[in-house]
Amino acid sequence: MRAALTIAGNRALLTRANPLAKLAAVFLITLVLALSIDWMSASVALACELLLFPLAGLTLTLLWQRGWPLIVAAAVGGWSTSILAPDSGGILLDVGIWSMSEGSLELGLGFLLRGLAIALPAVLLMSCTDPTDLADALAQKARLPHRFVLGTLAAMRLVGLMAEEWQTIGMARRARGVGSRGNPWQRLRATLGQSFGLLVQAIRRATRLAVTMEARGFGGAGRTWARGSTYSSLDVWVLLGGLAIAAGAVVAAVWAGTWNMVWLEGP
Amino acid sequence: MPREHDGGVRPAAVTARGWGWRHAGRTTPAVNALDLDIRPGERVLLLGPSGAGKSTLLHALAGVLGDSTSGSSTADDGGSADSDDADESGSLLIDGEPPRAQRGRAGLVQQDPETQVVLSRLGDDVAFGAENLSVPRDAIWSRVHEALDDVGLAHLPLDHPTSALSGGQKQRLALAGILAMRPGLILLDEPTANLDPAGVLEVRDAVGRCLDKTGATLVVVEHRVAVWKDLVDRIIVLQPGSATQPAVLIDGTPDQVLVQAREMLIAAGVWVPGYVPPTRQRSPGGLAGARNQLDVAPGQLLLAAEGVSVSRERPRRRGFTSVPPQPVQRNITAQVRAGEALTITGANGAGKSTFALTLAGLLPPIEGKVSAAVELSRGAGIDPYKWRAEQLIARIGTVFQEPEHQFVTGRVLDELQFGPRHLGHGEERVDELLERLRLTDLVDANPYTLSGGEKRRLSVATVLAAHPQVLILDEPTFGQDANTWAELASFLSELLDAGTAVVSVTHDQEFTQVLGGTELKLGAPELRAPGVGPSGVGPSGVGTPKAATP
Repeated sequence: MRAALTIAGNRALLTRANPLAKLAAVFLITLVLALSIDWMSASVALACELLLFPLAGLTLTLLWQRGWPLIVAAAVGGWSTSILAPDSGGILLDVGIWSMSEGSLELGLGFLLRGLAIALPAVLLMSCTDPTDLADALAQKARLPHRFVLGTLAAMRLVGLMAEEWQTIGMARRARGVGSRGNPWQRLRATLGQSFGLLVQAIRRATRLAVTMEARGFGGAGRTWARGSTYSSLDVWVLLGGLAIAAGAVVAAVWAGTWNMVWLEGP
Repeated sequence: MPREHDGGVRPAAVTARGWGWRHAGRTTPAVNALDLDIRPGERVLLLGPSGAGKSTLLHALAGVLGDSTSGSSTADDGGSADSDDADESGSLLIDGEPPRAQRGRAGLVQQDPETQVVLSRLGDDVAFGAENLSVPRDAIWSRVHEALDDVGLAHLPLDHPTSALSGGQKQRLALAGILAMRPGLILLDEPTANLDPAGVLEVRDAVGRCLDKTGATLVVVEHRVAVWKDLVDRIIVLQPGSATQPAVLIDGTPDQVLVQAREMLIAAGVWVPGYVPPTRQRSPGGLAGARNQLDVAPGQLLLAAEGVSVSRERPRRRGFTSVPPQPVQRNITAQVRAGEALTITGANGAGKSTFALTLAGLLPPIEGKVSAAVELSRGAGIDPYKWRAEQLIARIGTVFQEPEHQFVTGRVLDELQFGPRHLGHGEERVDELLERLRLTDLVDANPYTLSGGEKRRLSVATVLAAHPQVLILDEPTFGQDANTWAELASFLSELLDAGTAVVSVTHDQEFTQVLGGTELKLGAPELRAPGVGPSGVGPSGVGTPKAATP
């Protein structure tokens, strides 16, 4: 029931870095990869990311188990780009309206690699960052309002409960004679009814949780922090690492002549 | 300002002078003309029928009752569309100051364990209140250790996931969370209503230890007097809010009140020690001629589970492979017979509810099979899980632990007519059920606004309206007052005599006695892999369910 992207039991090096430093490093890499669709910058970034995985306590098996929807999505995106993009260069495959050329294959490959290179840092970040630590860092270091940050954090905990509640309500409604099987229209109606039931329960739970938090003194102007969010020399390395991957990707692509800022050239 | 560094607790005094509160959009006040003095360190059990404003008083003392001028309401009172402002009168003070102005002076534990947990790691959750009171960091952690020790959770690591705690542990965690605030007043709003008997004692004993140590003042609201009687030194009985009558009905020491007001408390549905409400006796066959509309001989096998393993989880996806869930209980065998009761008992987490839901055709068994006899299936097929919803409700009715999960309309009458309408027959039974379960005056009410006992009666009635041959109930008596309890037990014993099979998941031995029949005791929960759902806490080992016939 619980989300698989947790850090339970993870003792790897990057779990000790400040979440904000990790967030900044991921942002730098993503930014560069969003600027160009070429295979060179993406594959450099991807290669570096794969090398860093052990530092986040990830293995390829774990990566596949946790990130397979993203990997499949990137593959589908790459495939469809390579058969749908305008042809250039020699034609490699021609089946009716679908054709794959050298140019479109290159573009598709760029898409695939770029999708992976953008998705993987997110998986990596989730694998080595505790949501509570992230909230601490956002409130103490990034100076976001603590009421907002802690309120969101507490609400996130309820999301896992809601997944269980959804299943229970589904069963409870079947026990009242509301079927969730049948034609699409019946299924849609059943889902809407179940959603409403979940909404009611979510609001009730949230109200009670709010009372709990208020009764524990939450909502005042000031507060202290039991867990200090601190920076260490590790965070400098994390930032430098992110910067190095981003810069390396750009330099390699420009050097190879593949740097391609699509939207600046127009269609 | 509470003293921060001396490590001690200053017990709080409560004074109410003509205090009253009317929730926004209500015409009658929840509490009216309350005059009350609670001395520092006193331990008070607050009793009264539902609707007497006990929770309202606790919320007010905790400083979390909505603003009386803005009309916002924080209490879980079912709400109302009316935007009338809430109305406060008189004064309610802690140490001479309004509760609202003194954050952390009072600490509140509520009923639902799930919403008492704020953060996902044990230590962080205990620290939360102290952080909000701006306690310095070092002091917070020493308070956290002390509080966890006081409630008996010190053996768990500080980063233990709060989601892996049992209900009783969650309530003790909530207690630790307020102890870390060093409150002078501890407020408990039915803290054990959702717990099994072991959990109830766990929490009660933890409260006792903490009070002995800190000397804090206690106000606890609870139906079951026997649990709290020896821990408190005063009982106050409130009466339902009215515009004219004062709120306090009786006030005195436990022995005094329980003798003087015994009859009145029994009439109000309070669980008075040493008193089991009278219920109808089973007389198998006695009603058979008059009421048996099911055309099935008593003792006829209706539903059987053979070697069933159960889990609520669906198969998990790991890449391209599908991993079957780890069962919470294996190899259960049971038989459900017409006119006979089957009671499912066992420790928390032993998979009792999960098995009941599997038996009810709501969850597929992981291994083994659940099969319906032809007398029950009547052409619908052997596997209840494969039946369509309309087929299911006319054969097996399931009453969930939380009635609100089963409400599908906005009106009591619609709720009852829902099943028969879908089936196309049986609407004539609705009036009888309304009458029998005392819901006639509530036909136009919104189900969500009913009291706990009314909701329970409605949820039983709605399921029975479809006229099932098998009735399955999950903890039907949890948190119920004595009156609802007796009504329910009598009603079910009548159903049994009329040929319905009744399966109940329950910890309630008196209830089991009224129904009679067979007990299925499930063993200790299966040990789960670490990090997958609740795990690691309870005793480990493979369950060995055994059926015992009394």
